Amino acid sequence: MAVTDRVNVFTAIALLLISTGVTAAVLPEERADSMYHSYSGGGVTIDGPSILVRKNIDNKLSLSANYYVDMISGASIDVQATASPYSEQRDEYALGADYLVDKTTMSLSYTNSSENDYQAETVGFGIKQDFFGDLSTLSMRVSLGSDDVMRNGDDDFLEQAEHRRYSIGWSQILTQKLIAELSVETVADEGFLNNPYRSVRYLDPNSGTGFSYQAELYPTTRNSDAVALRAKYRLPYRAAVKSEYRRYADSWGISSDNLELRYTHPLESENLILEGKLRFYKQTGADFYSDLFPYLNATNFRARDKELSDFSSTAIGIGATYLLPERWALFDRKNTVNLYWDYVLFDYDNFHDVRVHDGDAAINPGEEPAYNFNAHVVRLFWSVWF
Amino acid sequence: MSRRALLILPVLLLLGGCESMMPEPWVKPYERHYLADPIMSFERDPVAAGYMNHVYEAREAARGAEGGAGGGCGCN
Repeated sequence: MAVTDRVNVFTAIALLLISTGVTAAVLPEERADSMYHSYSGGGVTIDGPSILVRKNIDNKLSLSANYYVDMISGASIDVQATASPYSEQRDEYALGADYLVDKTTMSLSYTNSSENDYQAETVGFGIKQDFFGDLSTLSMRVSLGSDDVMRNGDDDFLEQAEHRRYSIGWSQILTQKLIAELSVETVADEGFLNNPYRSVRYLDPNSGTGFSYQAELYPTTRNSDAVALRAKYRLPYRAAVKSEYRRYADSWGISSDNLELRYTHPLESENLILEGKLRFYKQTGADFYSDLFPYLNATNFRARDKELSDFSSTAIGIGATYLLPERWALFDRKNTVNLYWDYVLFDYDNFHDVRVHDGDAAINPGEEPAYNFNAHVVRLFWSVWF
Repeated sequence: MSRRALLILPVLLLLGGCESMMPEPWVKPYERHYLADPIMSFERDPVAAGYMNHVYEAREAARGAEGGAGGGCGCN
């Protein structure tokens, strides 16, 4: 579908939303969240803060601001194979406004992300409306992103990439205890889409290990579609289960499925809400992915990014929200302290661990063991409602 | 496809104008106390949900359709 056609479809739906003012919409909650986040796995640690504040003005306008930092250190398997350990920081600033006009919520957002070798700006517009006696909510969002890609150590290297995202969501109350949501999103990328540091390997009889490396080369366009269906059900006692399934496919030949199940259980006498989740993800790799190409420049496009390989991951997560008693609550408002921990196992089918060549073992190229690793993801945050 | 988009517009507007033909909402406002419970929202904490979407998007090829907290991370 061409980009202009997508815009036409979205314009038509936006006109529909504006033309059917049936029931009142509600602005998001006024609250502030201060979070420490940490991802640790595969030789890499990424952590930092995220501060999100949202404040309403006259029940018409809701403003939000988010400051988010990724501090990256360590050496992933790619870096261990072909480069040196490094550390860097990504800073992200996001501003948003939601305006309630004639029973329709219209949203604008701006995000700026900067690293020493990557700059990205994204603007987004969304529209949302409740209708059918508040049982249904239709929403859509369009965002446009523009990136500058640089390469450390090479002042002459500067490339661009653009991203367009179009999403539609339909949320539906089905019974007194069941709500479901259907989400569809199309993403179109254009420009320099590969990582300027990453390499592919190819068989090279002149090399001591039997293989050498050359730079990755990706297509300059990528179009993807994702469809997700999620539902939440209130159990006969005060607890809830959530299920979510997403199907994804793109023009690079990648397809994936993921399934998530979540259980939420409040302990009212303890001021606690406990949560547990399971998530399964599986993908088939890109057409131009190979762990080991047969020779130099073997194909028009080439990748050995493990995120583009055949792999699966399994995640298990637990978390707790503690509602602070009044004597501890700041500003005499509702305060919560939250801790979530996720454990994720990544299992690659056709991405091999070339680090075995660092030792004395005589292993033929392509016969290395498949790579796998596990990661710990922690979210610790304090929330206060205004 | 642009012709198809033009056809969609009147169909959608027609649907919007025919609400009287639609069935009555079957869950009344006073029957929504279970749904109003915070544990029934898909994501209670936007700051935490947005972060997990970022974690997944950075390590998986799939992106999009994350629901309310999605929209891309603006990172490589």
